[in-house]
Amino acid sequence: MSRTISYREALRDAHFQALSEDPRVFLVGEDVNCYGGTYAVSKGLADHFGADRVIDAPLSESGFVGAGIGAAMGGLRPIVEVMTVNFSLLALDQIVNAAATLRHMSGGQISVPLVIRMAMGAGRQLAAQHSHSLEGWYAHVPGLRVIAPATVADARGMLLTALADPDPVIIFEHVGLLALTDELPENAGAVEIDKAAVRREGSDVSLITWGGNLPKALEAAKQLEAASISAEVLDLRTLRPLDDAAIVATVSKTHRAVVIDEMWKTGSFAAEVCTRIVEQAFFELDAPLRRVCSAEVPIPYARHMELAALPSVARIVQAATEITRHE
Amino acid sequence: MSDFNMPSLGADMDEGEILAWKVKPGDSVRKGDVLLEVDTSKAAFDVEADHDGVVEEILVEPGHKVPVGTPIARIRQTGEAPAESKPVPAPEKAKAPQAPVKVAAPKSAGQAPHLRITPLARVVAKDLGVDPAKIERGSGIDGAITRADVERAAARHEEPHVVKAPPPPSGADKSKREGLRDAIAAAMSRSKREIPHYYLSQTIDLDPALNWLEKLNAGRPITERILSPVLLLKAVAHAIWEVPELNGYWIDGALNQSESVHLGVAISLHSGVIAPAIHDADDKSLEQLMAALADLVQRARHGTLKPAEMTDSTITVTNLGDRGPEAVYGVIYPPQVALVGFGAIAPRAMVIDGQLVARRSVIATLSADHRASDGHRGGLFLRAIARLLEHPESL
Amino acid sequence: MSELKDTIVGLLLKIAPEADAAEIKPNVDLRDQLDIDSMDHLNFVIAMAKQFGLEIPEKDYPRLTTLDDCVAYVQSRGT
Repeated sequence: MSRTISYREALRDAHFQALSEDPRVFLVGEDVNCYGGTYAVSKGLADHFGADRVIDAPLSESGFVGAGIGAAMGGLRPIVEVMTVNFSLLALDQIVNAAATLRHMSGGQISVPLVIRMAMGAGRQLAAQHSHSLEGWYAHVPGLRVIAPATVADARGMLLTALADPDPVIIFEHVGLLALTDELPENAGAVEIDKAAVRREGSDVSLITWGGNLPKALEAAKQLEAASISAEVLDLRTLRPLDDAAIVATVSKTHRAVVIDEMWKTGSFAAEVCTRIVEQAFFELDAPLRRVCSAEVPIPYARHMELAALPSVARIVQAATEITRHE
Repeated sequence: MSDFNMPSLGADMDEGEILAWKVKPGDSVRKGDVLLEVDTSKAAFDVEADHDGVVEEILVEPGHKVPVGTPIARIRQTGEAPAESKPVPAPEKAKAPQAPVKVAAPKSAGQAPHLRITPLARVVAKDLGVDPAKIERGSGIDGAITRADVERAAARHEEPHVVKAPPPPSGADKSKREGLRDAIAAAMSRSKREIPHYYLSQTIDLDPALNWLEKLNAGRPITERILSPVLLLKAVAHAIWEVPELNGYWIDGALNQSESVHLGVAISLHSGVIAPAIHDADDKSLEQLMAALADLVQRARHGTLKPAEMTDSTITVTNLGDRGPEAVYGVIYPPQVALVGFGAIAPRAMVIDGQLVARRSVIATLSADHRASDGHRGGLFLRAIARLLEHPESL
Repeated sequence: MSELKDTIVGLLLKIAPEADAAEIKPNVDLRDQLDIDSMDHLNFVIAMAKQFGLEIPEKDYPRLTTLDDCVAYVQSRGT
């Protein structure tokens, strides 16, 4: 048996299952109880699990992320929802200086089994302060695991595996994916969070991406196919630790790669991926690498300008065509 | 003094193993003398001297495998001063069989212009023994030389074009068999990838030819008898005069027609098919052709074919034999442009002068490269074969 | 008899070096089991003629189909 559900519903089902199965699990964040979450992920959970386990937090990221860290150290399994990644900057100290380091600083005596979920990404006209992609910043930090569900199945399954991790895990949920629907088996559940996944096989060029840009990459692959260019699409899924083997494998197969990343190009996570390709698969390359990233501007509010600033299917197709086509 | 390099003994050879040297330093050799025995992935070959001279030094010992083009000996040409008088350090001998052999980089005085070539293309060029500096222009982004450019260059020149053979498994015989299989796979894949084949067939009445041949053979001792396939080869060799665009190579986007007719004859070995050449087949009498074919088949079975025979066919004939199938539509051996096939000679119903009669006949087929010739001309070629076989005495 | 057979097998191995002497079946068509063509077979017949000093006419070729045939043929020609 299977049913068609949205990415948002899959996240909600995952929370429901986690809260049902483990009394140590609770959800804390801004507007998660009364309002059902800014993106309606936790809608209805409060009715079921009550205010003790679905907790509205004051508008203090540093405070409630810190509380989550403390609860995790004390043996609970908190899920902290940060409304969007830009607000997480207020909790950077807690995440980078505390959550990521305590196991190390305590000589392994303290673990922080914390899950932090953040909405992220542009495309919904939320303008320069609520459209960020900063997953690469977090992926920079040892002690954190950073994952980015790009499919409904991963939205359903990654949270459960993240909760089982003894160390802090950050989940990036791109707001552009929330309405995505897919068919899931009735018994869908936890998925592994160590490996990248080839979402489409191809032989001429690899489109490497994660999270919110996966649908764009898949659509680009479809358009490229019409132009007789066979594109492989690799969904990284986990940005830290990065699945180097999968990256090397796809580049060794196609000998060309375009990395699609909604971060700004300078210091983007795409830069990290490209560097790993050059370090580990230089002699497999038959063309220069290409990055499709966001324009180096604060994300504009106006619809047409916002779209122009973001990676688009057309730009992916163009980049792939440039390095694939022969004169 | 000149280096004697590991020769290419076929378009599909990328390296060879030295089995034995037949000469030693100090020996005088004449052009054509056998210098050494080389094992390719296909077979063992005798390699001959290409000029007169004195063997100065053996650079690679038996049992070692080196890429095509690697210097394996130094031979001083007749009249040249001995090497000892020159202050040239002796080159280092290849040591371990698996030691990577350095292919001398082109010695460019000063700075060579930086090559715009992708990393992968550079690796592939090294594997295939292609000098990327000789590729005029790359087809990749910003004119970069890509893997495809290197592979095209490898295919164009006599430089070996090879899908690299997998590391040999245990058992030399097995590896040789797989080596030939790999070579066939590479050549045939390339053929079907690059050559737009067209196919024609014609049933040819062989009664006149076979009757003539039986009479001829009846009066001859066994060693002078002619087999029917020889008649077919002779007819092909002569028919080529009439449609010469089937004879030659497609190189660099153009047909290079060959003046000589070197018929490649497909011979089936247990390890796979090879097609060594009968040189100047059109100039040979039936008796000479018969002798050449008998000799070729026997030497093919014993693995003692000469390199030239393996590489310079201008057109190939495949005859699946008197017990074979009715017709064969072959795959052209690149860079050749045509392949003629003969099925089994068998009695068939034919209409001759308005009468239905049983005649011994053969189905001749032509697989030809449509870039080099058209079906109309191919048809004329098959008709010429048929006409020539109607008058065997003229062959 | 067995010596004659060995001699003929020796001739066969010269034209079909890949064959295994022990594997040659006495009553199976040689061309089929050794996978040799008409040219190889002719080379074999020529070798037979030389070895045994025989003149073998073309019409007799079918009498040299199997190993047993060959033995019987040479015997019938009174060598």
